[in-house]
Amino acid sequence: MHKITCPYCGERSEEEFKYAGPSHLERPIPASEVTDSQWAEYLFMRDNIKGISLERWGHIHGCSQYFNLIRNTVTHEIYGCYQMGEQPPEGWQKLGDKK
Amino acid sequence: MQHYSVFSLARNAMKHHEDWHKAWRSPPLKEEYEVVIVGGGGHGLATAYYLAKEHNITDVAVIEAGWLGGGNTGRNTITVRSNYLYPESAEFYDFSLKQYEILSRELNFNVMLRQAGLLRLSHSHHDVEMSRRAINAMHMNGVDAEWLTREEIIELAPGVNVSEEARFPIFGGMNQPRGGVARHDGVAWGYARAADDRGVDIIQQCAVTGFEKAADGSHLVVTQKGTVKAKKVALCVAGHSSVLAEMAGFRLPVTSMALQACVSEPLKPFIDTVVLSPDAGVYVSQSDKGEVVMGGGLDLYPSYAQRGNVHTLENIVAGIVEIFPKLRRVKLMRQWAGIVDIVYDSSPIIGHTPVKNMYVNCGFGTGGFKAIPAGGYTLAHTIATDQPHKLTEAFGLNRFETGAFIDEMGAAGIAH
Repeated sequence: MHKITCPYCGERSEEEFKYAGPSHLERPIPASEVTDSQWAEYLFMRDNIKGISLERWGHIHGCSQYFNLIRNTVTHEIYGCYQMGEQPPEGWQKLGDKK
Repeated sequence: MQHYSVFSLARNAMKHHEDWHKAWRSPPLKEEYEVVIVGGGGHGLATAYYLAKEHNITDVAVIEAGWLGGGNTGRNTITVRSNYLYPESAEFYDFSLKQYEILSRELNFNVMLRQAGLLRLSHSHHDVEMSRRAINAMHMNGVDAEWLTREEIIELAPGVNVSEEARFPIFGGMNQPRGGVARHDGVAWGYARAADDRGVDIIQQCAVTGFEKAADGSHLVVTQKGTVKAKKVALCVAGHSSVLAEMAGFRLPVTSMALQACVSEPLKPFIDTVVLSPDAGVYVSQSDKGEVVMGGGLDLYPSYAQRGNVHTLENIVAGIVEIFPKLRRVKLMRQWAGIVDIVYDSSPIIGHTPVKNMYVNCGFGTGGFKAIPAGGYTLAHTIATDQPHKLTEAFGLNRFETGAFIDEMGAAGIAH
């Protein structure tokens, strides 16, 4: 079982959290001009990354806050988190490389 | 192909079983094929078989990164059923079940189909109403389904917790008598052997690492064993569909998740029906070897790790013990997970991709095994004719733009 560090509450069991989709999806605007295929891209098409992925997580059985997690979908390793609205730290793609 | 029968068995027994031929060849990868199928699981092998059988296209290679049926085909809980709500799904999955019913004879390979029923328990009045609605929908679609009372369930599924104090009291259940189990390896091997017999090359231990374009517009499939040219390419790789799609330059509406299952130590036969409890979030069957096969819902987040999480396993086991209290002292023997391709509306994607002459079969999520014959049959049609098969017209990628979803979220009865 994993421990995930919530930026507000600290280290908690993974069962308290909920995966809430990929981070940095931008809703296309203005809605009246967005085509069906743009909606499909935004709503349904996913990178579904095998490797290091930027994800939105919610501490739903805790402080209810959402944040971004940098996580490896193959090893389940967690490299860190950053707040909503922020960009990932520089070089996040290489976080998995062995030092 | 060496014909399998009781006589060939007897003949080979006389020769100490030293005369059996290999079930399929292991040919070297040629430089060019008409069709290359990526993925040697059930769907990929069935596609190759039906391409050869129905469309006479035998210049085909099935390229598999690991070994045949070593992915989700060998990791599922072997259930076959067609208890879906919507007409499009019912037609597709019932076609599949009908193919399963003739498969052993057709392939000359025993896939050990056992149609002992698939029972979905109802634990509340609301559940009863939903099940009755589902039964009506299935009847409207021409699929067999019946309502069973509590007493009938006690008879059909001995050991189910029918106590008044049970956490999940039993109000009745919905049964599909034609549902049941089939041997998953048998399905993969049967299709592989029959496809090989018709000239299909099966290449194992050969991962695809990229796609390129040839000067004449054909595809170049880059693999560990060299680059192969193909007029048409089909992707049948379930949980890795997004990875292959990215190599080819498009995206899919798929999220890869781990789905777990486990088996107990072998027990004497006590149940032949597949029992499913939506409320407990589990399903159970007993294999021919006597092991109790158990499964539940998805793990909680996207994953490409074929192992699964402890607390999901804990939930499965807790649910099993609620429904079958007598299994509480039984030991688990094995646990595993497969990476399944989850789609928004829980329906498959079969047909064209944004890349010309590249086709996809994915999105079966947690229920691809039962669909192997239909998935292979319809994709073979699409590859051969470049047109969707009439069973899969509604299952194209374009539904994510039109919004014409076939939302089968509830059909499995487990929150997949």
